[in-house]
Amino acid sequence: MRDEWRGFKGTHWVDDVSVRDFIQDNYTQYDGDESFLADPTDATNKLWGRLQELQKAERDKGGVLECETEIVSSLTSYGPGYIDESMKDLEKIVGLQTDKPLKRAFMPYGGIKMAQQAAEQYGYHVNDKYDQIFNEYHKTHNQAVFDAYTDEMKVARHTHIVTGLPDTYGRGRIVGDYRRVALYGIDYLIEKKKQDFKNCGHGDMTDDIIRLREEITMQIRALNGMKDMAKIYGFDISQPAKNAQEAIQWLYFGYLSAIKTQNGAAMSVGRISTFLDIYIERDMKEGTLTESEAQELIDHLTMKFRMVKFARIESYNQLFSGDPVWATLEMAGIGMDGRHMVTKNDFRFLHTLENMGPSPEPNLTVLYSSQLPDTFKKYAAKISVITSSIQYENDDVMKPIWGDDYSICCCVSATQTGKEIQFFGARANLAKALLYAINGGKDEKHKTKDGKPMQCGPEIAPITSEYLDYDEVMHKYDIMLDWCAGLYVNILNLIHYMHDKYYYEAAEMALIDTDLRRTFATGIAGFSHVIDSLSAIKYAKVKVIRDEFGLATGFETTGDFPKYGNDDDRADEIGVWLLKEFITKIKKYHTYRNSEPTTSILTITSNVVYGKATGATPDGREAYKPFAPGASPSYGAETSGLLASLNSVAKIPYEYSLDGISNTQTMSPDALGHTDEERAKTLVSAMDGYFDNGAHHLNVNVFGTDKLLDCQAHPDKPEYANFTIRVSGYAVKFISLTKEQQDDVIARTCHKKL
Amino acid sequence: MKGKIHSLESFGSVDGPGLRYLIFFQGCYMRCKYCHNADTWDPNHFDMELTADEVLDKAERFRSYWKNGGGITVSGGEALLQIDFLLELFKKAHERDINTCLDTSGQPFTREEPFISKFTELLKYTDTVMLDIKHIDDEEHKKLTGHTNKNILDCAKFLSDSGVNIWIRQVLVPGITDNDEYLHKTREFIATLHNVTKIEPLRYHSLGAFKWKELGMKYELEDVDSPDDDALQNASDILNGRK
Repeated sequence: MRDEWRGFKGTHWVDDVSVRDFIQDNYTQYDGDESFLADPTDATNKLWGRLQELQKAERDKGGVLECETEIVSSLTSYGPGYIDESMKDLEKIVGLQTDKPLKRAFMPYGGIKMAQQAAEQYGYHVNDKYDQIFNEYHKTHNQAVFDAYTDEMKVARHTHIVTGLPDTYGRGRIVGDYRRVALYGIDYLIEKKKQDFKNCGHGDMTDDIIRLREEITMQIRALNGMKDMAKIYGFDISQPAKNAQEAIQWLYFGYLSAIKTQNGAAMSVGRISTFLDIYIERDMKEGTLTESEAQELIDHLTMKFRMVKFARIESYNQLFSGDPVWATLEMAGIGMDGRHMVTKNDFRFLHTLENMGPSPEPNLTVLYSSQLPDTFKKYAAKISVITSSIQYENDDVMKPIWGDDYSICCCVSATQTGKEIQFFGARANLAKALLYAINGGKDEKHKTKDGKPMQCGPEIAPITSEYLDYDEVMHKYDIMLDWCAGLYVNILNLIHYMHDKYYYEAAEMALIDTDLRRTFATGIAGFSHVIDSLSAIKYAKVKVIRDEFGLATGFETTGDFPKYGNDDDRADEIGVWLLKEFITKIKKYHTYRNSEPTTSILTITSNVVYGKATGATPDGREAYKPFAPGASPSYGAETSGLLASLNSVAKIPYEYSLDGISNTQTMSPDALGHTDEERAKTLVSAMDGYFDNGAHHLNVNVFGTDKLLDCQAHPDKPEYANFTIRVSGYAVKFISLTKEQQDDVIARTCHKKL
Repeated sequence: MKGKIHSLESFGSVDGPGLRYLIFFQGCYMRCKYCHNADTWDPNHFDMELTADEVLDKAERFRSYWKNGGGITVSGGEALLQIDFLLELFKKAHERDINTCLDTSGQPFTREEPFISKFTELLKYTDTVMLDIKHIDDEEHKKLTGHTNKNILDCAKFLSDSGVNIWIRQVLVPGITDNDEYLHKTREFIATLHNVTKIEPLRYHSLGAFKWKELGMKYELEDVDSPDDDALQNASDILNGRK
């Protein structure tokens, strides 16, 4: 075996690229508690101190410290960059997206107009030459998509029946297996890709073969580019990493190559914790690394993940508030052989939230199972109680589908690391679709130029009765859902075709198997509002208020009806039906590159934007008010306490929603216990029960409404600079949310008990 | 038999060991000035009437959350006012292997029949009793609750002799229960009891004050703030004999 692999066991991963087998053959379980952890080093404190100053300066400048206007971002378009030139020797892990910390790169390939607008918005002007280059000489993804859109697609985009389409920026959600750079070195990976190129097709040049051959060549070019990029920082990554520091650095260079070339909505890091622990353990055995040094490496790597930035336009920020990048990073989980995969490194990553305070990025994700060691569960819960910065996902439901080496590629969605990619985009607004069913496909908000309601959906006969009849609504809703699913799939087909063609992720794809699995990830918005609306129509009396065009603009509901979020099967079953119906309809359509259709119930912060575009709904939600996020029950609907709410969400079958079911819960500290120890214990009991019930995801927030109100009123208080909260699928600094988003978070149910 | 139930809550974390399903019984004779459930007082004004099996069926939906010692807790109101129903409930709970906890003020306690036999029987099916001692001084107790504490302290002794697991709690109200002398006296009393596994001062809060207004009553402690962390720690130290 080569010297870089000294001490490692196993054979399969030596013969072929298989990081999963390397991990299974070599990781060391850890069952102890957190007492071994080390405090931050002086270097960490100095660098983090400097970075916090930079973050403050960024906030003071309105959210962006600096924008590039001259250089198009590529693997090698910049010289080396450091957090602080005068302290660069302190940085154990190096590499920035540009030449300066927090400076946002110029990335025009997704859409030149957007890249220009993003800069303009913060007072920068992109060199005019790029206007000509990217409009006349080179097409961008955005232009290509609009070249092919149908009129119907444009209308649907306008009315927000489908929102959040990645047609102006990178689609994201593609996680390179960055660990491969560390384990194998770039040269070996190039060799493998060259073999793949040789074996790609037998000479008949069909469309798919031509496309794949071109893609492999682009990947090989990107791999060579990565080596050049590393050289700029003085490293040769052509060969495998020899020790922990190199392994972390090599891996980070892999990730850096992705964030220098793509501005995807989600740029996950992947499942790296257990992998890196193997190198740290080996160094420690060899006596070349102390715990303090190991923690320093993890702290410095984490600091880099806290610095990832993209230039975004205003409408994007409204959709995904607070500047998220979803540098999602996973830990724990259980192997196929039943051994838990908790290592000391999982504790180290959680400990970064103590050493450097709470932070939204990286999006730390615990792959949970009640079978994980109690010591780890308690420590994670304790960090949740203190920082509200962690999310939990149920390994017990994901493992049977994705195995034991999956990564979370966005906020909550799983993909097999290095073996799979996702074509993702947007969500279908199913609450609006319900209004279309009532209004005969006319939009309740948008008007044509002559002031008449805009026809968006199929022109079916509207419902004209004074009171809504359940069977009639369901019949028409079925027609609308069918239409909506078909349109949505076709928009995504078109977008992903163009993305592959004009904004291909060569660097990320170079670190993924050539022969890969593709899923086609759709999404749902307005879930809880449709459930409660249909329940109101079924169990109470819903009277329709109509405007001069006969459009339903309001509803008067008399009588009680069961609501989602109270463990009431009558309501919860409607949710299960809705989800199953939608994914069944999605599956009827052809999907690009024969990808496997999935769906999700997660909305990020876009629940505010979706709500804003949607009229009043029969559940009592007022017009243009925010939706509940993800699969969370509606505001005010939960009246039976936290566990009843968790039970409702847990009933939604993961198999119908393989892309994720996001649930955000906020608990007041007093409701969890009188001490942090008690609170952590309570949280563990709650999560053990919730996940054993088959639920998929939980965002845990521990704070009271009073703290949010105080933070909103006094955002300059130093203790709020890093005050982090979990929203649907990611974490965010509360002060970086828009006022509207803040109000929305404050309005949500906080579980407390008198 | 049916119980008069004020409300049900799926998530109790500080109301007995582990996570608890909470069942609030309707009706209480105590008139504690800080009561945060004043709407549970009137025994004739209740929202639900449920059988023991109906209550337990609801509770069992949360069994998966009870792995770390959780179960049901009956609170109120004063649960012992419906002792016949309570007995049936706890008996059936044990048949279903559900851990039981009784949160009581002890006010209905008496060594006279028929109560004492029923209470003795009840304790067979009770895993934990959380006894709330409102005030150690009888005069102060009367002022605070409208009732003597004599039978309540006697209830504590009875529980102690019965061998049941006991938690003692006291609401820490600034100006009423937070002075060291009273706390030490309370400690002296607790020290005479057996099987006390947890002693906990509870932070007074006025979150239930709005209910008084809704019921058309004056809330006397309007101007009393919640005690701070130091006061709570001090009380905990004294009550636990650490100070």
